[in-house]
Amino acid sequence: MTDEELKPHFTPGQHVRVRWATPPGHVRTPWYIRGHRGVVERLCGAYPNPEELAYARSGKPRQPLYRVRFAQREVWPDYAGTPADTVDLEIYQHWLEPAEDSNP
Amino acid sequence: MRSHHDMGGEPAGPVARTEHDYVLWEKRVDALLVLLSRKDRRLMTVDELRRNIESLGAEAYDKMTYYERWIHSISQTLIQRGVISIDELGRRMTQVEQRHEKGEL
Repeated sequence: MTDEELKPHFTPGQHVRVRWATPPGHVRTPWYIRGHRGVVERLCGAYPNPEELAYARSGKPRQPLYRVRFAQREVWPDYAGTPADTVDLEIYQHWLEPAEDSNP
Repeated sequence: MRSHHDMGGEPAGPVARTEHDYVLWEKRVDALLVLLSRKDRRLMTVDELRRNIESLGAEAYDKMTYYERWIHSISQTLIQRGVISIDELGRRMTQVEQRHEKGEL
């Protein structure tokens, strides 16, 4: 980590889980995806943390942002489409933790 | 607890796919945010815009139109940052209302 930018912890293809957390205040991780498991599709870059920018602070160090791919059937228990359907969300690193790929 | 605005996946009615023209005040509100957040001013961020919209009560959130939420949020942010005061805003709003009643606007 530098003062300016955090190092990426995850790489494309890695299985991750979105942390289950319910902090009050401005966050960019939608409620419906919290606690769900997906796969890192790409690293999008590092950006000032919007949770800090929302309170007029600098947002530094910049947080790595990932595009994470989730199976629709994993996210919505009653999903009627095919098992191949996915939903991609952009999620900041501090909302992700490593997950096992054998435990869907 | 889920915030009211964070409604992805909640039951909802059909999406109205019609376009509509923006009225003048809506365009002004949009321009206001662009000018306030410009790099040479940085008087607010889009993240603050979102935070103050998300802080609306559920009833107000549903009742207000898109740009009504924006102007609510912009004024809250400018008060929080000390750019304007509540007193200043209140007095100016009264002046504008009076001009409107006299047909000057």
